[in-house]
Amino acid sequence: MINPFAPIGRATIAFCSEIGRFSAFTGRAAAAIVSPPLFIGQFLRQCLAIGYYSLPVIGITAVFIGAALALNIYVGGARFNAEQFVPNIVVLGITRELGPVLAGLMLAGRVSAGIAAEIGTMRVTEQIDAMTTLSTDPFRFLIAPRVLAATLTLPILVLVADIIGVMGGYLVAVNSLGFNGAAYLRNTFEFVEAQDVILGLVKAGVFGFIIASMGAYQGYHSSGGALGVGRATTNAVVGSIVLILAVNYLITAFFVE
Amino acid sequence: MTAKLQLIGIKKMLRGRQVLNGVDLDVHERRSLVIIGGSGQGKSVTLKCALGLMKPDAGQVLVDGADVTRMPEEIRARVMRKFGMLFQGAALFDSLTVWENIAFRLIYADNVARTEARERAIETMRKVRLSPDFADVRPIELSGGMQKRAGLARAIIAKPDILFFDEPTTGLDPITADAINDLIVEMTKELGCAAVSITHDMASARKIADEIAMLHDGKIVWRGPTASLDTSGNAMVEQFVAGRADGPIQAVV
Repeated sequence: MINPFAPIGRATIAFCSEIGRFSAFTGRAAAAIVSPPLFIGQFLRQCLAIGYYSLPVIGITAVFIGAALALNIYVGGARFNAEQFVPNIVVLGITRELGPVLAGLMLAGRVSAGIAAEIGTMRVTEQIDAMTTLSTDPFRFLIAPRVLAATLTLPILVLVADIIGVMGGYLVAVNSLGFNGAAYLRNTFEFVEAQDVILGLVKAGVFGFIIASMGAYQGYHSSGGALGVGRATTNAVVGSIVLILAVNYLITAFFVE
Repeated sequence: MTAKLQLIGIKKMLRGRQVLNGVDLDVHERRSLVIIGGSGQGKSVTLKCALGLMKPDAGQVLVDGADVTRMPEEIRARVMRKFGMLFQGAALFDSLTVWENIAFRLIYADNVARTEARERAIETMRKVRLSPDFADVRPIELSGGMQKRAGLARAIIAKPDILFFDEPTTGLDPITADAINDLIVEMTKELGCAAVSITHDMASARKIADEIAMLHDGKIVWRGPTASLDTSGNAMVEQFVAGRADGPIQAVV
């Protein structure tokens, strides 16, 4: 007789063991970051690849989100004569939530997938084994520089996204909604608090860690040729997005309380 | 005399299948051992267990008499410095130039200055008869034979004590394959190291081996000098050497 609980049990065990493996992997990656040697050249190359080359996509996303947010808040605010709160809510929404989350989601697509594909291809073509036989720890050479670069550059990207996002809202508010430019900016700066920005930057650092770790984890454990690398890439993007959204709630709840 | 490398009772199960079921092997200094056997018989797994890329479920791997099977990672990394490996597909790093690939271990593990590492890489390229004109290109721009030469240069640059070759002639035309075989013989003699190779290619096995061992069903079923290969008296070896479909070994199709 088929036990109806067996598939649920198997899925639960598989899920838990996957969490355990991912935790052990991130622990090993973190240990490789804090203990020497750190391959500085590799780290700087990854800062360029993950941080600098992500600027256009982050900037474009931020300006449109800021603009759309201003329009929506204006429409919503008009229902109870609160249109004047557009700059306040735009800056709050961008710095606390939309800046880090959208930057995280964009980078989950761009960076996590890229890392998974690159490391996955290295795995299936035995380049990672070759590195080990050349007395070089792949965790130090491949994974630690990527994880550290993503963790440090994502907050910088989010800071840029915050500024561009607020400017997107400003442009729409001033050019389409009839706001006074100087008053808009004054309201923005008077309303925003350091903790709003800090919350966003903390989230960004954690998201950067998640994005690079998930990409590296999926790539490192990929097998089965092109199909395996494809699967690793998909899992990296989906895993990063789910984890970013879940962790975003936890961090927000922690700061609010 | 202590063997450079010794495998004692190595067992390994993968995905519910007993791939290695008590493999015993040893290779001494200046000797070349070739492991032959059909596809899926565990040749690559044997090599990976010997190299430490895979942990055996049971058994021991001894390097110069020291058991490295369950050594901590840091100490094992030091043992790894005695090894050089030529992978089946060469496994060159796509993102680095040919000379950086060859000098990888010097730069990143031995902290040799890049200028000196480049000089040594180019010198090694000459040894394996790969033109230094290719030093600054990416591996993707090299032919299969040239990639094998670059892989061989990378394996020998740090003068290892034990060289491993995984299907060194697979995917090469017969003339290039023979040139690679010649290079393997020349380099192992020049370095005075022990060599362990796995291959299906009997011409390659005859050329590079002092001794041949046959792996079947996760065990060594025959071992002897290369000269005795045709008079082994072992039905499996005879079938494999003759390349016949009928015999004690069932073809997997």
